[in-house]
Amino acid sequence: MTALGGLIRRDIAIAMRVGGGALIGVLFFLIVVVLMPFALGPDLALLTRLGPAILWLGALLASLLTLDRLFLADHDDGSLDLIVMGRTPLELACAAKALAHWLAAGLPLVIATPVLGLLLNLDAVSTSAVALTLLAGTPALTFTGMIGAALAVTLHRGGLLLAVLVLPLSIPVLIFGVAASQAAINGLSFGAPFSILCALSLFSFVIGPFAAAACLRHGLD
Amino acid sequence: MRLLGMGVSCVRGGREVFSGLDFEACSGEALAVIGANGSGKTSLLRLIAGLLASAGGSIALEGGESELTLPEQAHYLGHRDALKPALSVLENLNFWRDFLGGEAFDARDCLGAVGLDHAVGLPAAYLSAGQRRRLSIARLLAVRRPVWLLDEPTNALDVGGQNLFAGLMSDHLGRGGLIVAATHAPLGIAARELRIGGVS
Repeated sequence: MTALGGLIRRDIAIAMRVGGGALIGVLFFLIVVVLMPFALGPDLALLTRLGPAILWLGALLASLLTLDRLFLADHDDGSLDLIVMGRTPLELACAAKALAHWLAAGLPLVIATPVLGLLLNLDAVSTSAVALTLLAGTPALTFTGMIGAALAVTLHRGGLLLAVLVLPLSIPVLIFGVAASQAAINGLSFGAPFSILCALSLFSFVIGPFAAAACLRHGLD
Repeated sequence: MRLLGMGVSCVRGGREVFSGLDFEACSGEALAVIGANGSGKTSLLRLIAGLLASAGGSIALEGGESELTLPEQAHYLGHRDALKPALSVLENLNFWRDFLGGEAFDARDCLGAVGLDHAVGLPAAYLSAGQRRRLSIARLLAVRRPVWLLDEPTNALDVGGQNLFAGLMSDHLGRGGLIVAATHAPLGIAARELRIGGVS
């Protein structure tokens, strides 16, 4: 436990300090959402209708933006070699890294959502529905994205490959995240899509670390 | 304790680097891997560390802890120093001490032993190449591992640092550890030579 706690603390500390990735994601999220009303025009009803989808798209792209640093930095400075050699199972180390990444880069997106909801003319109920679905759904984005990050490291191809690999995997999360938000806003059944969203997250908690660890082990050089 | 390699082969990018390599190192013994550039010194160390898949042969540690694999009982000091520029010297060392696990020692004492006690709070980004190497060496001291795999360990170290490291290696051998070091320069300790690659 000391080992995993140390890994989580280290990754969060690096992300929070100068040059870390924590703020980049939030800033990108902010830019995407702020630009949308300018592109769509001053139709408030349209903005309200599209709001949840815009917030979800922004959060998806923002979480993708910082994901390629997940293993690449450790690979480049040789830390990954030592993590692979260590006595902590690689699957747990991967899970700890993903958790740290979500705490540093995913959770701030959820926290920023209420503020950004104002820009899209969303009322309190809609905004909290979107924030709740993001809270349940962004871990799935991180944990499935981790598989792509591990593959990209071992194949020596950076960001573009990651996006190509990860985006198809995140489509179900996007569908059910937006569906759950819309259901809450329109007073429809919120439970079903939200349960599936939570299930996708739980599913990714199991699959992600094992798949990422297998990629890293297989692609060592 | 005995590190034994039999008929070890290595293939990189479809090219055979070496094959049929036999080697042996016992407790208290250092093995200096010598060979020209590209002869596979680093590859051999990474094979022992479990970071490369072997193309043939076997590598085993006899007499180690039975529940642990060879990589879990080894320290690997590679070209890349596994330091995070954003973290301070002490934070870097403390992280590896916590993460690697096993019998651990006080991080500040280890930094003192490699002559970095004046830079404890300094971000690693500001260290010189030699200081980074000293910090990597402190990792070998912070957690006890019987096997040290060293890749050009004295690179970037000044004369004082090389002597200091030779002393640390002697202490490690004296405690019954074993060392496999790939090197061009003399290690400063008595070592058995293992030559790989016919051409030099």
